[in-house]
Parts: sequence; C-alpha cells; structure tokens
Amino acid sequence: MALALDASGLFHAYGLVTALDGVSLQVPAGSVAALVGESGSGKTTLLRSFNRLVEPQRGTVRVGGIDVSSEKPESLRRRLGYVPQNGGLLPHWTIRRNVALVPTLSGMASPSSVADEALRLVGLDPGRFGRRLPRELSGGQRQRAALARAFAARQQAVLLDEPFGALDAISRGEAHEAFERVRSELGFTGLLVTHDLAEAARLADQVVVMRQGRVEQAGFVRDLQRAPATPYVAQLFERARAAHSALADQ
Amino acid sequence: MTRRARRVAIAALVALGSSRPAFAQGSDRQPVVVASKPFGESYLLAEAFAQLLESRGIRVERRPGLGATEIAFGALRSNAIDVYPEYTGTGLVAILHETLDSAMHADPRRAFAHVTRRFSDEYGVRWLPPLGFQNGYAIAVRRADAARLGLHTLSDLARASPGFVAGFTSDFIGRPDGLAGLAKAYGLRFKSVRPLAPAVKYVALAESAVDVIDGYSTDGLLAKYELTTLIDDKAFFPPYEAAALVSPRLSNERPDAIAVLSLLSGRLDESAMRSYNRRVEVDGDAIPVVARDMLRSLGLVNDSAGTRRSITPGARTPNGFFAFMWNRRAETLSLTVRHLQLVMAALLAAVLIAVPLGLLLERVRRGAELVVGSLGVLQTIPSIALLAFMIPLLGVGVWPALVALWLYALYPIVRNTYTGVRSADPEAVEACEAMGATAMQRLLWVRMPLAAPIIVAGVRTAAVITVGAATLAAFIGAGGLGEPIVTGLALADSRLILSGALPAALLALVVDGVLSMVERAVRPAHLSANARNTT
Repeated sequence: MALALDASGLFHAYGLVTALDGVSLQVPAGSVAALVGESGSGKTTLLRSFNRLVEPQRGTVRVGGIDVSSEKPESLRRRLGYVPQNGGLLPHWTIRRNVALVPTLSGMASPSSVADEALRLVGLDPGRFGRRLPRELSGGQRQRAALARAFAARQQAVLLDEPFGALDAISRGEAHEAFERVRSELGFTGLLVTHDLAEAARLADQVVVMRQGRVEQAGFVRDLQRAPATPYVAQLFERARAAHSALADQ
Repeated sequence: MTRRARRVAIAALVALGSSRPAFAQGSDRQPVVVASKPFGESYLLAEAFAQLLESRGIRVERRPGLGATEIAFGALRSNAIDVYPEYTGTGLVAILHETLDSAMHADPRRAFAHVTRRFSDEYGVRWLPPLGFQNGYAIAVRRADAARLGLHTLSDLARASPGFVAGFTSDFIGRPDGLAGLAKAYGLRFKSVRPLAPAVKYVALAESAVDVIDGYSTDGLLAKYELTTLIDDKAFFPPYEAAALVSPRLSNERPDAIAVLSLLSGRLDESAMRSYNRRVEVDGDAIPVVARDMLRSLGLVNDSAGTRRSITPGARTPNGFFAFMWNRRAETLSLTVRHLQLVMAALLAAVLIAVPLGLLLERVRRGAELVVGSLGVLQTIPSIALLAFMIPLLGVGVWPALVALWLYALYPIVRNTYTGVRSADPEAVEACEAMGATAMQRLLWVRMPLAAPIIVAGVRTAAVITVGAATLAAFIGAGGLGEPIVTGLALADSRLILSGALPAALLALVVDGVLSMVERAVRPAHLSANARNTT
C-alpha cells in the first residue's frame, strides 16, 4: 500500500539563510511529484524533511497520514527509499550487498535474493553485476543499482534527490525506463528533485515549482505550461522550450 | 613537583603492579640502586660503588648512564635510585643554582660543607665525605698552539681568543658556571663557538676542527692527544670534588650501605683517577675490570671477589667491527627484545586510547581540533625533556619511559583516526543514515572500514617514532638499544654506538614494513590493487 506524503507550513533556516518559508505539499499515495527550481530554492531541504535528515523548525510532516516526529528516525527511514545524486553506494561493498542493505536492516528473510530481484527489476543481471563493486559499473548502472536499493525492501515511498542529473543522455534514458518499469510494477509514491523540466514531465504526475523557500506553483505540467501563475514559472518553461527547440532545429 | 602529584604517581605505580614497592617503606631485602651519569668516570665510580657493596653482601641494582644531572638527581631525590657519583661544583651551580663566593673558591672544604648543608636542608639528600680528587673543567688547547702562542693560563687564552674557534659541550655552553661566566671573567671573545658532543671533542681538537675545548681534569683522553690544559688563574671554576651522593631513603634506612660506601672516602687522588679513566677511555678496558682493580689496589676487596654483571656492555677488543658485533650478538638480541617490548607496550596502549579518542572527537567535533592540536604540541617537547619531566612522577626505569613513549605515540594515531573517519566518503555515510542505519552501524560498516588504512598509517608513523624515541629511554634506565648508544657516546666508542644504532634502524625498517603490510591488508575492497576494473 503506497503512502501519501504530506507537509504543511514547513519553516526551516540554516543560520540566517531561510531554506523553507512556509511550504505545504501533498503527494497522493501512488503518485509522483517533481520538485523543480533553482539551486537554493529549498527543494532538497523539503525532500529531506520527509526522512528526518532535516528536522524543520516549524510545521508538520506526515507519511501515510502519521506525523514523522512520532516515530524513531531509523524505522521511518527503513520504510522510505532514498536515492542521492551520486547514488551513495558504499564503495567497498558489492552491488548485491549494497542493495541488500535495507532488507538486512529491516530483518527480512534472505536479503540477498530480495536484492537480486530488485536488481533484475532495474535491468541489472544479478549474476553479472551482483558481485561487482560500484566503481566497476558505469554511472548509469550505478544509479540504477541505487534505485534498486531504494525499493528493494518494498518501500512504499521513495525520495529521489536529482538521481539522474549527472548522467549522459543515453544512460539517463535507460534510467528513466527502469524507473517507470519499477513504478508500474510496485506502485510506490515518489518525490523527485530535479533541474530538468523534461524529466519532471516524463516521470511525474505533478510538478511543484519552488523559489526562495516557497512553492511558486504546483499542478500538472500541462496546466503550469498553459497558465503560469508567476513570471518566474513562465520564464522557467520558456527557457526549457528554447533549449529543446535549439536541439530540434539542428 | 607537588606532593599531591607525587602521591598520585605513587598510587599509579602501585596500581600498575610495579616490582618496586612504595618508596617510603624500605627493607634490608631491597637492593641498593647504584646509578651513574653517562660519562666514563661516572660509570667507573658507580661500578666501584656497586662492587664494593656486593663484596660486603649487599644486594645491588645497577642503573648506569642516566641522562644528565637533572635526570640523575631527580631520580635520587625521589628515591628512585640510591646513590650516584656527583661533583660539588655541579651540585652548587647546576642543582642549587648558586654561585660561589671567594672564600669558598679558596677553600674546597668550605665549599663542600656549604653544599652538604644546603642539600640536606633542601632535599634531604646526603653527600658522603669526598672521594679525594677533584674533576673540574679543564680548558684545553693543542700543545703546538700553546707553545707557539705562549699559552699557559686562561688569561693568555683571552689574548688569543679572537682567532680561535671554540668547540664546547652543550652542557658547558648552557651552564652559568660554563662559557657565559668564563667569558665574562676572562674577557674571552672567540671567533665562533660550536656545540660538540662530549664523545668527539678531543678528536675535533686534535684534528684542528676546533682550537679550544672544555675537558675534565681527570679525563683519560687528555693524555692520549698532545694537549695542554690552561690554568684557571682567576679561580673562576668552583671546586669539583667528587663524592657519593646518597638518597634520603638510603641515608635514613641503610646505615650498613652508608658505612660500606664511606670506605672509599679520601682514597682516590687525581693522578690515580686519571690513570683509571685512561684505561677505560683510551685503552678500552672493561669498566668492571678496571673498577675491580681499583678496589683491589685500595685493599678494599680481595682477589677472589668477582663481578656479577658488567655495568657496560663489553670492552673494546682489537678485532674488526663484524667480530665485535658477532661477540655481542646475545647482548644485542636481548637489548632488541627489550626495545621491542617497550615499543609494543607503548604502542598498544596508545592504540587502545587514541583510536577511541579519535572516534569520540569525530562524534563531538566541538573542541576536537583543540585536543588534536594539544597532542601535536606535546609532540614538539624534546624527548629528553619529556623523560626528565617523568622522573619526579614515576622515578626511573621502564614506567616513565613507557609513559613518555605512549604520549608521543598518541598524536599520529588520534589525528589519523579523527581525520580518516571524518573524511570517509560523506555521501556513502549519509546514504547509509538515510537508509536507517544506526550511528554504530554507520561507524562499523562504513566509516571504520573506509578509514582503516588511514588509521593504520597513523599507527605506522607512531611506531617508527617510538622505535627511535625508545633509544632515549636508556637515559632513564629503561634499557633497550639506547643503552650501548649512551655508553658509546660517553666513552667515544663508535663501535658501541653502532651496535645499538644499527639494530635500532633495522628494527624501525622491519616495524615499518610489517605495518605497511597491515595497511594493505585492511585496505577496503575498492581501493585494493586486485579489484577488477571494468569501467
């Protein structure tokens, strides 16, 4: 059963720098929301509030309707998948052991076979890749392994922090396919931080534009594109379209 | 050192299960600890004390070659040793920090009475009646220079000094009754002054590397080279009368030992002493043999009295260096074992404290740099000074050496543990946290394995430092490969020095090599050379 993600009235500052300035967000169970916006707009802080890597100074965060502060961080985190920008695989562990991390922590039976199943789902043959070290994989393969680690224990929601941003176009495409395949198979809720509007349009049901610690506009990509609520949203789409058509014109 | 610090140290000693019981309660069963400072005459007199005591059935423990005046006297004051040969002038100037008035200059007896009274009042330490000879500073020049320039007195030297390069021991350069006072009294102005080790000063003078040196009037080497000693015509130097200096414990509790040691009082004159010193320093006779001959010719022991253990490791033999080393192999092996024991014990204790401390600092962060920095400052204290600081707390022997070595070993291990764990792949550590691993799991699964080679590298640095520093432990009687080095330096015997220095260097290489293998063994999988690379 996928878990709804829900934040209301979040406020958080690092010293004098305000990262979240009254942010609210609802991600219905089983859907994917993409957080877009420039660096420093608060996307990552918002994402990390859900697994308590950040404890917002004001506001409430709920996962599956339950306030996260009522639960021990460790057990909360084991229920939420997480994919950081560069994968964050343990460099000295094999791919299989990495993917088996959360199943092991959660005390699941035979974590290795659970890991192998997850690897297969992201398109990595466990027989070929299971015993390799992260550095023996390509960047795209590593990110897919990191994705496998995030849902191997059947996490009902997955947090992704620019997971595919550093990949080349082909690897990124493969990673996107893997993500969609896994989602249609398992149906977890997703929260995805990205710079790339095209990626947001492809993978997410809902796009949330953030700026200076606030939500500028949230909704379907189509609606945002058609009716931007602020000049910033309009400019964001304008730029993305320009980049896209530059490619098309070549 | 304060009384409280002393009490704490004694408690620590007892807790550590030291073989030497608490100082205050001596018994007749306890051996008399006979010590010396690290130069030929001191070794010889100490061995004579030891043999004399043994000939009267008193058990003796030998601690030859203790660092320098501060270390030997510090040990005596705190009853860590019981007796060593000292000189009144040194006692007056280097220990009491007094200068001599003119009345005392004229009369060594008054000087002796003054020093005796002051030592008894101040430290409870007792001077036995003088042995009968003085061993003062003897400023020496080459005989040819003396003849050419007409040098007989120190006033003559003042005339020639602007053209002279002086080579003085650092002890002499630093002491108030040394160079500074002398230069002022006579108006000496040398072209330059070079600090020289006692072992090389005579050779340096003979070979014209320097033109004037500070010797001791009873030095055997004065006779070996063609040197002239200059007369102290303004009576600058205080009298340096040799006598046995006795610990408070011994003078209170062992009248038997005091009576035996007093048998030597007034029995040795300067020329006799010079000839004994010559046998040790020039002819290379073994110190126990010379000491026995001395006691025999004074009629204090009969011919059948043997020596139990040599106070210095072996005499110079006419054979080559390799034969010399070969003859010493058993001794060298046992010194190496002792050296290794010191190093291993200090290092193990350092690892047990420093690794957890490094991990703790990484957790706390606040003040971590301060703690690591302070340990770094500790590192800059010269080893010999640190060893000297240990004596009032822990006496002499193995314990103070271990504590000092342990203190030196802490810094590289703490620093490497702290930085190694702190810098371990932050994204992997954070991902692990975000997956729900506890702090302990993150430490054991990620931080420690990733930091392991850096931590071992710190241990490796500490080990090599410790092997080197442990040679200095001989200055406070802890034994090890420093022992022949200290004795060799004192007797200007380069073979003896090498017989300690070579194995010590070899040991450092071996320890470094073994730990580099450990370092490779703990290297995490992704950094090891045999990892497949398919990217």
